[in-house]
Amino acid sequence: MQLEKKESTMDKVNVGLAKRYRREKRFRRLGLGAIILSISFLCLLFTTIVANGWSAFYKTEVLLDIHFDAEQFDVDALSAADYDALVRTSLKNFFPDVQGRSDLRKLYQLVSTGAAFTLQDIVANDTSIIGSTRKIWLPADDEVDMFLKGYIPRDVPESDRRLTDKQVDWIDQLAAGDRLERKFNTTFFTAGDSKEPELAGIRGAVVGSMFTLIITLMLSFPIGVATAVYLEEFAPRNKWTDLIEVNINNLAAVPSIVFGLLGLAIFLNVFGMPRSAPLVGGLVLTLMTLPTIIIASRASLKSVPPSIREAALGVGASKMQAITHHILPLALPGMMTGTIIGMAQALGETAPLLMIGMVAFIVDVPGSVTDPSTVLPVQIYLWADSPERAFVEKTSAAIMVLLAFLITMNTCAVLLRKKFERRW
Amino acid sequence: MQSMTAALEVGDVSFLGAESIDTESVKQEEKVDRDNRTTTGKQFVDNPRMTCRDVNVYYDDNHAINNVSIDVGRNEVLAMIGPSGCGKSTFLRCLNRMNDTVSSCRITGDIYLDSLDIYDKSVDVVPLRAQVGMVFQKPNPFPKSIYDNVAYGPRIHGLASTSAELDDVVESSLKKAGLWKEVCDRLDQSGTGLSGGQQQRLCIARTIAVRPEVILMDEPCSALDPIATATVEALIAELREQYTIVIVTHNMQQAARVSQRTAYFHLGDLIEVGSTDRVFTNPRHRLTEDYITGRFG
Repeated sequence: MQLEKKESTMDKVNVGLAKRYRREKRFRRLGLGAIILSISFLCLLFTTIVANGWSAFYKTEVLLDIHFDAEQFDVDALSAADYDALVRTSLKNFFPDVQGRSDLRKLYQLVSTGAAFTLQDIVANDTSIIGSTRKIWLPADDEVDMFLKGYIPRDVPESDRRLTDKQVDWIDQLAAGDRLERKFNTTFFTAGDSKEPELAGIRGAVVGSMFTLIITLMLSFPIGVATAVYLEEFAPRNKWTDLIEVNINNLAAVPSIVFGLLGLAIFLNVFGMPRSAPLVGGLVLTLMTLPTIIIASRASLKSVPPSIREAALGVGASKMQAITHHILPLALPGMMTGTIIGMAQALGETAPLLMIGMVAFIVDVPGSVTDPSTVLPVQIYLWADSPERAFVEKTSAAIMVLLAFLITMNTCAVLLRKKFERRW
Repeated sequence: MQSMTAALEVGDVSFLGAESIDTESVKQEEKVDRDNRTTTGKQFVDNPRMTCRDVNVYYDDNHAINNVSIDVGRNEVLAMIGPSGCGKSTFLRCLNRMNDTVSSCRITGDIYLDSLDIYDKSVDVVPLRAQVGMVFQKPNPFPKSIYDNVAYGPRIHGLASTSAELDDVVESSLKKAGLWKEVCDRLDQSGTGLSGGQQQRLCIARTIAVRPEVILMDEPCSALDPIATATVEALIAELREQYTIVIVTHNMQQAARVSQRTAYFHLGDLIEVGSTDRVFTNPRHRLTEDYITGRFG
C-alpha cells in the first residue's frame, strides 16, 4: 500500500517534471530566437549601410594632359590665373571633334569644378611646372563617378538619366584610353562639406564632433561625478534630496530637443554665445549627458561594498579620505563606463544641435570651439537631404564613420571596465 | 544618579555572592524572573577603560538599545552574546561611533574612553577611531597590497615619518597578528588574495597598526572555518596583554574560551554581566540561562 503510494507520487512528479523541462526548453528557445532576430536585424542594417556606402571611399579620377601655358600665369598672382581654362583646353584638345557651345559645356562638365583647385595647388607647390605639359589626375564629376560605379544605367532612354548619350560616349573614349581610374577617396577624409559630392568630405563634421565631445566630457564628467559623490556620500536623506533625485531621473527622460530649445533660449539669446559653435553644442550636450553620468556614477558608488567604507572609517580615515582613497577608485570603472556611454549618446545626438544652428552648411573645417561647425549625425542628416545621387553613398559612408566611432568608444568602455575592475 | 548607585550596589553584592557562596547554595538561589529586564550581575569594574552609562540607541522610532550601563576593564576581553537582533553589534558600534554613518541613528547617554566623553561635540571621530579600532564580521581588506592594507592607518595618521619606520610598523603589526611568517615574502600581493582566516588576521593587523587602546570585534570568526577560528582566538588571547578587547560573538563556546567577562543582551536590554565562568556555569537570570542552555537563540 505504502509502496504504491510512493510510486504514484513519483509518477506525478515525473509527469510534472517533463512539463517543467518543456517549459524551460520553450523559454530558452524564445530567448535564443530573440537574440537571433536582433542579430539578423543588426546584420541587415550593417550590410545595407556597407553595401551602400563602401563605394564612397573610392572616387573616379581623369588623366588629362594639362599644358601650363606660361602666358596664363603671372608669377606674382598665381591664384589669379584661369585654371578652369587649362582644364577646358586640355579637354578640347583631347576631343577635337566636339564643336558648339552646348556640346563643349557638356564636355567640360565631365571634370569636377574642384579640378581647378587641384591645379592651383600643384602650381603653388612648384612654379617650375609653368610652361610644360604634364599628365595629371583630376577629380571627375560626380555624375561620371556614379556612371562608372554603375549607379546610372546605360541602357535607359537618354531623358531618364543625368548623362547624355554624347557624354556616355566621351566617358567610354576616356576609359578606352585608360584615362579613367578609380582611386581611394582621400578627399572624403580631408575636406569639409561641399555642394559638389566629389569634393565633399567628412573632416569638418568629425572635427566639429570632436570639439563638441571634448567640451561635453570636460564639463559633464567632473560635474556628474561631483554631484553623484555629494548625493551618495554627503547629502542628508530628506525631502529635498529625494526631489533632486526624482528630477535627475526625469531629466534623463526629457526629449533631447528640449535641451536644444533651452540652449537656444539661454546660451544663444541670453548669454549671446556664437551660433553653430561646438562650444554651445558641448554645453547643450552636457545638460543632456549629465543625468546619465550622475545615475551611472551613483549606481557604481552604491555598488562599492559597505565593508570597504567601514574598513576605512574603522581605522580612522576621515570621510573624505575614505571616499578618495577607497570608494572612488573602486567606483571609477563604473563611472567611466557610464560616461563613455553618455558620450556615445552625445556623439549620436542630432535634434538639440539643430536648434542651436549646427545644421548650417559649413565648408571650412573648424579650428576652435567657437568656429561655426557641424557634427557627424547632422552631416549625415544634411547629406541624406541632398538631391544628388552621389550623396546617397556619402550618407552611408558617413554613417559608417559614425558607427566606427561609436564602436570604438564602446570598446574603450568595455576595456576600461575590464582593466580597472577590482575584486574584493 | 541615585538609581545608578543602587544598581552598582546590587551588582556588587550579587557578584560577591556568586564568588563567595559555594556552588550548592547558588543553585538553590532564586533566579531573576524573565520579565525583569534590569541588568543583573557586576556591570562595573575598578579603573575601567571604557565607561557606558544609560546608553539608549534609536533607529528612527525603533528603540534598539535600552538603558545599557557597563564598564570595560583594562586588558580584559569582554564578550557580548545574545540572540540575533538583540543589539549587541549596535552597542559595539556605539563604542567608536561607527553608528554616526547611519543617519537615522540617535544615541543618548554617556560613553567615556578613560575620561573622554566620546559623544561630546568637541570630540573628533577620526582620532577616536584610531584609539578604538574595529574588526568586522566579514574580513574586509582593501583591494590593495598586503603592505598597503597595514600601512594605510599609520599613513593617514602620520604615525611613521620615514618609510623604514613604516616598514617596522607593518612588520610588527603583522607579527602581532601572527601573519608575518605567511606573508612576509609577498607583501606586494593583493590582500584580497589571502584565505578567509588570513584576511581576518590582516584586518586585525591593520587595526593594531594604528596602536589603538581598545579593539572592537564584531563576530570576527563568523565567516571563518574552525582552524582559522582557533588561530584568531589564540591571537585574541595574546592581544589581551596589550589591548582591551570587546568582542561580539554568536558562538558561546568562543565567548567562554576567549573572554574574561561576558555580557548577555536580549532585545536591546543588557540582561546579565559577570565573569565568564560565572555566567556560563551559573547564570543568574532566567533569560541568560535559557540562552546558554540552548532553549532559544
